[in-house]
Amino acid sequence: MSDPERIPGGPTGDVRGPSGGDNALEFRDPEKADALARRAEELVADIDADEVSIMHVCGSHEQSIAKFGLRSMLPDELDLRMGPGCPVCVTDMPEVDEAVALANAGLTIVTYGDMLHVPGTSLSLSDARDAGADVQVVYSAAEAAEIAEETDNHVVFFATGFETTAAPTAAVIRDDPPENFWVLSAHKYVPPAMEVVAAMPDTDVDGFLAAGNAATITGWGLFEELVEETDTPITVGGFEPLDILAGLVALLRDIRDREVTVRNAYPRCVTEQGNEPAQEQLWEVFTTESGEWRGIAHIPDANLILRDEYAHVDAREKFDIDTASLAASGSSLIDDCICGDIMAGREDPTDCEMFGEECTPEDPVGACMVSSEGTCKIWHEYGGRPDL
Amino acid sequence: MCLGVPGQVTQVNGLTADVDFWGVEKEVRLDTVDKPVEPGDYILNHVGFAIRRIPESEIDETMTLYESMMGGGPDDMLREDLIDEVEAAGSTPAASSTTPADGDAEPADAEDAEDLLEELDIDV
Repeated sequence: MSDPERIPGGPTGDVRGPSGGDNALEFRDPEKADALARRAEELVADIDADEVSIMHVCGSHEQSIAKFGLRSMLPDELDLRMGPGCPVCVTDMPEVDEAVALANAGLTIVTYGDMLHVPGTSLSLSDARDAGADVQVVYSAAEAAEIAEETDNHVVFFATGFETTAAPTAAVIRDDPPENFWVLSAHKYVPPAMEVVAAMPDTDVDGFLAAGNAATITGWGLFEELVEETDTPITVGGFEPLDILAGLVALLRDIRDREVTVRNAYPRCVTEQGNEPAQEQLWEVFTTESGEWRGIAHIPDANLILRDEYAHVDAREKFDIDTASLAASGSSLIDDCICGDIMAGREDPTDCEMFGEECTPEDPVGACMVSSEGTCKIWHEYGGRPDL
Repeated sequence: MCLGVPGQVTQVNGLTADVDFWGVEKEVRLDTVDKPVEPGDYILNHVGFAIRRIPESEIDETMTLYESMMGGGPDDMLREDLIDEVEAAGSTPAASSTTPADGDAEPADAEDAEDLLEELDIDV
């Protein structure tokens, strides 16, 4: 960068925060943060309910909330929960089984690192790799196609993530990839899942804080229909502490005023229309179908699958994927895992008896403890409920 | 997987661009960027693809924000994710000279940033 001051991780200025040390918060404007937190407290008091429940749907939001100890700044009556915002976590076990089956059949499987340890019915991709399968980690869809160029073996990109990673996958598929490159899509589309979670009787969400970067692609206008269907206000929020606090204040005001609307509290990244070229590519390549989100529910139109025009790169069309041999011989602990309840906002990680005991980042039982965006892993990283 | 990381475009080569992330040069795909980019522009890189051209009025604020996010300790997950985003961009051959659009020679902090990225186990 041209500015000599620009060194990430350089000396911090005004350090404050609930825990000090590594997790201390560098607010660029602590007074603003305090003012926003006080405003949130006033609004929660005005709402006059035993509890106000706000759900965010992004692992990066939870990371930021945890890292900066934001819950400790907010009133106890405000329940700030993470919903189905971790794409790795909502990838269903049969989808992992498909990737494992292809790996076991001798194909090269390439995927994002977070997917390696996500449990399938009985095996993870990491288990398959330990048993000799060719499983490689990539950081981008482009890298996946490059690996195919360098080998004669069939290379299957196990593609996961929400809109922000589905658009790059679509770009690679449109870019005439090598003939030995295939896509096994486990991409997911968030808005329908928000609708399902909002309708769950035991979830009881008063407002959603939508993910800023997914909205960078889709635009905030997308949420207008969702707001009407769920009768729940939505605010798009960024990731900086002040962004999150500002988003919460906007949302709390709407909850107090019973104003069911969409707000954009992240205008420096998100527009009403979003990134239209990326959307065009996304929907040219993908269409939606109904499917299971791990542990949460069967969700209509929230799985992204390849359109017929792109069947020539669809691993599901090319290969007869036999997952029957992976029938449940897995850990009985899986039955006790409450990841689904956590992602639906019904439970907290600390409600799980295995949290930090049988289930740790080093030896995860459920997907929420695997990914850096999983609620359990984030809470574990920050020593339990990240609000002290 | 959700966050993205900003960098400055030093060269555009058709559908890819060489992008400078705090002194580390990487190649980023331009298929998914919302507006045309040219050298000197800043983009938000997500899994190796530019998903947004950052408007000039927001560059300083954006860079400061990301630098504060990357200021955590070695186990900081938010920082880890951002580092992964830099990693997601492809390496480019060392250019004979990288000339930022504002006419400066090598970025003044390139060496410091490279040392730092090496410390963070980033393959540069």
